[in-house]
Amino acid sequence: MDMNVKKKLGLKERYHLMTRDLAWDATYQKEEEIYPQLAYEGIKIHDWDKWEDPFRLTVDAYWKYQAEKERKLYAIIDAFAQNNGHLTVTDARYVNALKLWLNGITPLEYEAHKGYARLGREFKGVGASVACQMQSIDELRHAQTQIHAMSNYNRFYNGLDDWHHKADRMWYYSVPKSFFEDALSAGPFEFITAISFSFEYVLTNLLFVPFVSGAAYNGDMAAMTFGFSAQSDESRHMTLGLEVIKFMLEQDPQNVPIVQGWIDKWCWRGVRLLTLVGMMQDYMLPKRVMSWKEAWEIYFEGNGMALFNDLARYGIKVPECVEQVRKEKEHITHQAWLTFNSANFLTNFHTWIPSKEELDWLDAKYPDTFPKYYRPRFEYFQKLEDEGKPFFTAGLPRVCQLCQIPVFYTEPDDPTQLAYEEGTYMGEKFQFCSTFCHKIFDNEPEKFVQSWIPPHQIFQGNCFPEGTNPTVEGFDPIRNVAAYYDIEWGRENGPFVGSEDQKNFAKWRDQTTKN
Amino acid sequence: MQVDLQTIALKPLRNTFKHIEKRFGDKVASRYQEATYDLQPTDNFHYRPTWDPTREIHDVGRTKIVLKDWYVLKDPRQFYYGTYTQARARQQDAIEKSFDFIEERGLENSLNAEVKAIALKTLMPLRHVAWGANMNNNMMAAYAYGTALNQACTYASFDHLGIAQYLTRLGLALGDVDSLKAGKASWETDADWQPLRQFVEETLITRDVMELFVAQNFALDGLLYPLVYKEAVDGVWAVKSGPTIGMMTVFMADWQAETAKWVDAVLKAAAAESPENKALLSEWASAWAQKAKAALVPVSKIALGVEADAALADVSFALQERAKKIGIELNF
Repeated sequence: MDMNVKKKLGLKERYHLMTRDLAWDATYQKEEEIYPQLAYEGIKIHDWDKWEDPFRLTVDAYWKYQAEKERKLYAIIDAFAQNNGHLTVTDARYVNALKLWLNGITPLEYEAHKGYARLGREFKGVGASVACQMQSIDELRHAQTQIHAMSNYNRFYNGLDDWHHKADRMWYYSVPKSFFEDALSAGPFEFITAISFSFEYVLTNLLFVPFVSGAAYNGDMAAMTFGFSAQSDESRHMTLGLEVIKFMLEQDPQNVPIVQGWIDKWCWRGVRLLTLVGMMQDYMLPKRVMSWKEAWEIYFEGNGMALFNDLARYGIKVPECVEQVRKEKEHITHQAWLTFNSANFLTNFHTWIPSKEELDWLDAKYPDTFPKYYRPRFEYFQKLEDEGKPFFTAGLPRVCQLCQIPVFYTEPDDPTQLAYEEGTYMGEKFQFCSTFCHKIFDNEPEKFVQSWIPPHQIFQGNCFPEGTNPTVEGFDPIRNVAAYYDIEWGRENGPFVGSEDQKNFAKWRDQTTKN
Repeated sequence: MQVDLQTIALKPLRNTFKHIEKRFGDKVASRYQEATYDLQPTDNFHYRPTWDPTREIHDVGRTKIVLKDWYVLKDPRQFYYGTYTQARARQQDAIEKSFDFIEERGLENSLNAEVKAIALKTLMPLRHVAWGANMNNNMMAAYAYGTALNQACTYASFDHLGIAQYLTRLGLALGDVDSLKAGKASWETDADWQPLRQFVEETLITRDVMELFVAQNFALDGLLYPLVYKEAVDGVWAVKSGPTIGMMTVFMADWQAETAKWVDAVLKAAAAESPENKALLSEWASAWAQKAKAALVPVSKIALGVEADAALADVSFALQERAKKIGIELNF
């Protein structure tokens, strides 16, 4: 019998046979009809075969490694639930960080799954397609494991039970929602630049580290374990981000300015979105990991800038906005928390004024700004609270019509001046929080005029329950907006002090420690 | 004798998420339920997609099928990511052992030479059919409305890529790189394969999500898989050459039976909702099954020789039986 000596295949060649060799050039249908989304953004790809696989994972290996992680993760989630693991957190204020996560971030994981599924289909190169498909299924994993990790918290704490309804309606969740829908509604090349590069590569640590380390530092075994379990998924995502940017830039020099425009846009939109994460990191973690300022300095000013040095040879420049972000890092988290704390009647998480020790920590982390601009305000609001007259904002905020964040940002060089910017389009006025948001709007006005801006929608009467009559005597618009949001008034909104969460946590802690 | 372990049982405030409770009542929900129902955003979208400006990011209008609630298309296998990967990992483990068993004993060398040649001739071009199936299920995953359907299509697309890779591995075990090359050449130029390639390329431009579901997952796979893996691999080939090839393709055989349950459940639920849905699904099933069968005639001859016509008739009959259970009219 013939014993053929088979050629030994290298890893790269074997993986090519398992992936890119599967495709063929269609002849019965036009290529533009099979791949209709590839041309309209102006990106030129001459040779999809030049794609370098960022990782080589066959499907059977994927199943094997991922299943192993799932087994471990769910064993911990089960144990956590069985043993009342939620009571090991530092204190019940921490759970409010999870509320922000489940309502604000988890829906985005699902949207990422959808976005990458689209790219898996619409990208012609098999290498790129398969990498996107793996990310798509990974993101579905993240959405579902986050839901499952937080499911037990939902049974005991408020504000976690209604994320589907709230994420599509509430005034601050429109920030992450519009961010991701901007990417989803864009073409495939912009989507992958926005999410794989700007978010999953440049900014990923600024989302992941605060939340996951925050969980670890605050005794949250469920969320922490989710995070560690997702780490190897995230490294694949980072390598995809790096490969895709190099690939586009190397395929044609005319891609460079288009990609630069996207990098500029998405770095800015990403940083604006991260205001909420920075706020969480500085204010909502009883045991803090590091300040937003520190995180930005390590992960962007350090690591991120090194990346841009690498890309300089293609003609890519550091986004202009980094100078403003550098100045703002001292301010934005405090501005955000002050805003939420005075609007907590209309949130589905609790807020509180930092304790003296916490104010001291903020002084130490932000010595140039906190003692001068922000501590006095918190102390003033604490005084009002102690006198039984807590301060709440009346009326609705002016909101940036790009990033949809209330205009609480100040001028980069003058923290005593709110940053107002206005533009006109088709005879109408539009309002922004910054020159950068304004520029993004001006680049695609037909897209951004479509935004569903919560305060505008409220003023238009679109945020009341069906059948509401706002003209009746004594009409309370805020209560009716809360009803549209389906807020459990007095239960999931309002201050942490005196909340059901606070009372229950103390009661249960006693129940499990005292006789 | 029971060991009665004590734990501290706190009284929870609620059993599950509000949207789950609305659907299933105030009780503890399953992991599948919590991971699936109402995960997809549904309201107040900000921007129309530049890639489809007449519709929304998530839009029921990407198919002619109309459903009051797209979550009626739940998966009877109740696959969410965790259960899906763990199920597949168990199968992968068994297949790995089969490949090891075969390779360690050099069983690929004791295969009947004629069967080996027919197997390579039949199975290598199917790598490309599987890639087409991956692309199509990706399309469905991307554009289907509601997580119940979209999620299951994601898993199906992964399964097809896995199948393409198992076939590649089989080709390298029974032949070598040249066998794969020959298979691709056949796919691209042999007369016997052109009707099927034409079929696949037509599915690649079919953009109605449910029509594509019928074309790919019901019509083509419903005929192709039983034809190849039951009639040929486990039938005629096994008689001549034993179970070696079947061991290498056991995933495909098992997968088809499992996936058919999901496909049938989806179609049954969609058809049951309205006479209009039933009529549409029947029309699509009939048209695509007719095309698929015609495309498979030359392929069945490669795989089965004189047994081809009888085998094709058998699998067509079986598809008819499925259609009856689903509640659609299948004429082809």
